[in-house]
Amino acid sequence: MADMADEAAAAVSEPLDLVRLSLDEIVFVRLRGDRELKGRLHAYDSHCNLVLGEVEETIYTIEDEDDGDETVKTTKKQSDMLFVRGTLSHPTVLASDSNDR
Amino acid sequence: MLFFSFFKTLTQQTVTVELKNDISIRGTLKSVDQYLNIKLDDIVVLDELKYPHLSSVKNVFIRGSVVRYVHLPPDKVDRGLLEDACRREAMAQKGKAA
Repeated sequence: MADMADEAAAAVSEPLDLVRLSLDEIVFVRLRGDRELKGRLHAYDSHCNLVLGEVEETIYTIEDEDDGDETVKTTKKQSDMLFVRGTLSHPTVLASDSNDR
Repeated sequence: MLFFSFFKTLTQQTVTVELKNDISIRGTLKSVDQYLNIKLDDIVVLDELKYPHLSSVKNVFIRGSVVRYVHLPPDKVDRGLLEDACRREAMAQKGKAA
């Protein structure tokens, strides 16, 4: 009985445990430089290096219009299998479908 | 060590490395080390017109810290094996911390 409680506590005792439970799930990742990724999480480590499958990357850039106004342009890119260097991401990897805005 | 081992399994494959300065370089992955520094052979710069500086360069050493992404050949990645190795490593880390 106590073992079960211990196991549950062991399952989620630190933030990266939530990431572990998201393995093989679709995740939404926000990176530095106004970039976002959505894809299936296949691997991560303590630096938040990631491997994602079937990824869609969204890049937000500000464009100057002729009339002096600025507009936000979004660029989307697809990739089948992507390694993401860890130190560039904020440590906020969110389960996509429940937390997506 | 997970990604070091993972990249070692991908040596001799063709990969595309996107750097933090937006240059993308495609080439054969020759070797990788614990910092995820990367050596590529037979390289091609994807946007050659925009980045002509490397057009005569055939192989490069890339410092791991300047890498943004590495695009991998999907058929060379065993997703199940990778996820299992990842869970094992996570558990091993936990064992060390406790």
